[in-house]
Amino acid sequence: MEELDGEPAVTVIPGVNSKKNQMCFDWGPGEMLVCETSFSKKEKSEMVPSCPFIYIIRKDVDVYSQILRKLFNESHGIFLGLQRIDEELTGKSRKSQLVRVSKNYRSVIRACMEEMHQVAIAAKDPASGRQFSSQVSILSAMELIWNLCEILFIEVAPAGHLLLHLLDWVRLHVCEVDSLSADVLGSENPSNHDSFWNLVTILVLQGRLDEARQMLSKEADASPASAGICRIMGDLMRTMPILSPGNTQTLTELELKWQHWHEECERYLQDSTFATNPHLESLLKIMLGDEAALLEQKELLSNWYHFLVTRLLYSNPTVKPIDLHYYAQSSLDLFLGGESSPEPLDNILLAAFEFDIHQVIKECSIALSNWWFVAHLTDLLDHCKLLQSHNLYFGSNMREFLLLEYASGLFAHPSLWQLGVDYFDYCPKLGRVSLELHIERIPLNTEQKALKVLRICEQRQMTEQVRSICKILAMKAVRNNRLGSALSWSIRAKDAAFATLVSDRFLRDYCERGCFSDLDLIDNLGPAMMLSDRLTFLGKYREFHHMYGEKRFADAASLLLFLMTSRIAPRSFWMTLLTDALPLLEQKQVIFSAEQTYELMQCLEDLTSRRPVRGESDIQQLQDEDIETTKVEMLRLALARNLARAIIREGSLEGS
Amino acid sequence: MEEIYAKFVSQKISKTRWRPLPPGSLQTAETFATGSWDNEENYVSLWSIGDFGNLDSDGGFEGDHQLLCDIRHHGDVMDLQFFDQERIVTASSTGCVTVFLHHPNNQTLSVNQQWTTAHYHAGPGSPSYSSAPCTGVVCNNPEIVTVGEDGRINLFRADHKEAVRTIVWEVHFHPSNPDHLFTCSEDGSLWHWDASTDIPEKSSLFHQGGRSSTFLSHSISNQANVHQSVISSWLSTDPAKDRIEITSLLPSRSLSVNSLDVLGPCLVCGTDAEAIYVTRHLFS
Repeated sequence: MEELDGEPAVTVIPGVNSKKNQMCFDWGPGEMLVCETSFSKKEKSEMVPSCPFIYIIRKDVDVYSQILRKLFNESHGIFLGLQRIDEELTGKSRKSQLVRVSKNYRSVIRACMEEMHQVAIAAKDPASGRQFSSQVSILSAMELIWNLCEILFIEVAPAGHLLLHLLDWVRLHVCEVDSLSADVLGSENPSNHDSFWNLVTILVLQGRLDEARQMLSKEADASPASAGICRIMGDLMRTMPILSPGNTQTLTELELKWQHWHEECERYLQDSTFATNPHLESLLKIMLGDEAALLEQKELLSNWYHFLVTRLLYSNPTVKPIDLHYYAQSSLDLFLGGESSPEPLDNILLAAFEFDIHQVIKECSIALSNWWFVAHLTDLLDHCKLLQSHNLYFGSNMREFLLLEYASGLFAHPSLWQLGVDYFDYCPKLGRVSLELHIERIPLNTEQKALKVLRICEQRQMTEQVRSICKILAMKAVRNNRLGSALSWSIRAKDAAFATLVSDRFLRDYCERGCFSDLDLIDNLGPAMMLSDRLTFLGKYREFHHMYGEKRFADAASLLLFLMTSRIAPRSFWMTLLTDALPLLEQKQVIFSAEQTYELMQCLEDLTSRRPVRGESDIQQLQDEDIETTKVEMLRLALARNLARAIIREGSLEGS
Repeated sequence: MEEIYAKFVSQKISKTRWRPLPPGSLQTAETFATGSWDNEENYVSLWSIGDFGNLDSDGGFEGDHQLLCDIRHHGDVMDLQFFDQERIVTASSTGCVTVFLHHPNNQTLSVNQQWTTAHYHAGPGSPSYSSAPCTGVVCNNPEIVTVGEDGRINLFRADHKEAVRTIVWEVHFHPSNPDHLFTCSEDGSLWHWDASTDIPEKSSLFHQGGRSSTFLSHSISNQANVHQSVISSWLSTDPAKDRIEITSLLPSRSLSVNSLDVLGPCLVCGTDAEAIYVTRHLFS
């Protein structure tokens, strides 16, 4: 495993004097916390840190780039579409779908590149302009690599077609041709333009022979002396055999024809037909695949892979994929010529030509600053069934490892976490548990966000997380005195203990204020009432109020009694319940039967006998005790009277 | 269902609203506003689909929506409404209600009026002051009504500094009834429920989605008749009898569609995948 190149960059934390005091740090999921400690470096007695702030340091700035965000979002949609591709599809239709996905990814990269380029041009200060430009070149390199991987691994172009694809690849990425062409053609006298022959040469280097012929015809028109040899050259260009997409000839036929054509070119060279025009002579040598002639055009070729493709075009157009790496390595060596050493990009491309997918991914992971590229490319290649599932030592395979890393990075962002969820979904081994850990830690500052998070958890049957989040929200609501909200959340969390707590608060409020808040919630609890005893009592108590309001006194009375005798009502509330019984006891008609009255008296005695005997008490307590005693006396009186009436009524005959 | 334009905008969109057209105007909708959420810096933005000087073969306007101007917004944009042609009211997760003014001459937005403590759990006077998100806003010139997680309903007048009336109310959630023509949903789908009775053959489908926020379309023509038939088919208890044609408007589904607005034949919606979709030919 190679080491990092160069010294790590030093980042200065504003306000912290690292020379004076020691710093401490701790790692987070995607960032680092840093602050100053009290420990002085010089053993002085000062123990107070001068900088009072804690800093959060993030390395992955890409996630915060406005333009790259579009890349993340659009590619998320493509990723999902890929995962949902029918696994049943095989063969050609599957391959064409996968190629389409690959092209989609690439078009998103290109769109980003375009936009970044526009911003770079429009940048007001040179430093940020440079930064954007370097981002553009990184994106361009990414697209270059992806395109090559698409040709070699996904399209899996066979010999013959392979070269056509590689030609397209090169033409797409070496785009100075277009501006040069516009320059030359736009001038008054194209064939006299300084760059005329450069243009013709580069067209030939890129295999764009039709266009080269057109250029030559202009030259032929302009200088009749060379019209003859221009025509010959034009004919050569026209007759070069090349595999076209609709063509039905076999590879062998093509090879034969090409060999024949190649020999014809050889003959022209031997006969020195083009000796009078050095430009045409060098073009001929290029078309013969002469390495020295090609290397003379280093500047126009601009990079070794262009050299490679041109070389293949004019020396071995029916090259087989497995032979590519011979040519690749030697092209690289020849092009660099020992003057410079290969860059990371060169190594990645070389690894691709060698069909060493793992090496490609490894090198890309090292070279690039975030996981986006390798995660998506690896996932796509995995769908092509190209990655062997050799397990990494912590149990997941490479595709999953990269997706997990990428998704974790998304969770570190305040907004992009929503994308991360879907990525975790498609990591079969560790995705679910990673999601469970991350989703609990999303800060929830509005109920709307909480509901979105809850929905994500509920969809995936993550009941523990649902419970935990609801508890947090219930607690927040209680602190803000939003009891109805708190009750809703504890019901959703199925948290009996918390429901009891909130119910107690409701009851306490009722005792203090004489009315309930959030009536519509409590009145419509339905089966949720059963969550906790206290909550059941609350619901039933409200039922009692309803019955009383509807004048169903007998039902109300039985309910009230039931609440006490079944011990659903908390003891602290019994006094209130008994006080509620008073108006029922004092109605004209007898509501409580004798039996029931006995039970009520039992409850009252129960309640009063348990009262602790108070010793020294202050005035307020004495007053309270006074009120209590009065209440008890009133109750005793009312109960006694009711008992009397009840006995009489039950003892007499009906209707008499 | 004609072409729909998508644009990725690097912010999760919580609300989109068309700018209302002047009464009696024959134009189609041209401008819409969006609010973002869940960012460290949120924005209220104005977009235009109008005159770029390009006309396609039908004489309609080409191209996707362009940003006219935007302005920073503190907190998530929980709700957004056009107060009148130039003013936009937003509800913030910080409990603040803001009125923005659009200056068409230099295409900028500025803060016109603000009530920063419209919603709170513990009041500004108390030591443990904590703000509550304002979850909804509705306006009827010159009055603005706001509601928040603190359970308050406030009534503001556009030119007054203080709330005119404050009502304490417990608000809790009801499931939404799809009683409307366009629905956008938490599961990322956008459905067009067509209960018009002029199309003979239809089959009834049931939409399975998450929590949906629904919206009533402004009818294009023959207001009274369309309304009547719409209402009766929605309220009909026999789904097989009144056939409803349901079409999906978005090409593919990913994250939640948070908001949609319809004005005439134009529809705009915004998603959590940080994209805005606009179509100008809903009924063709």
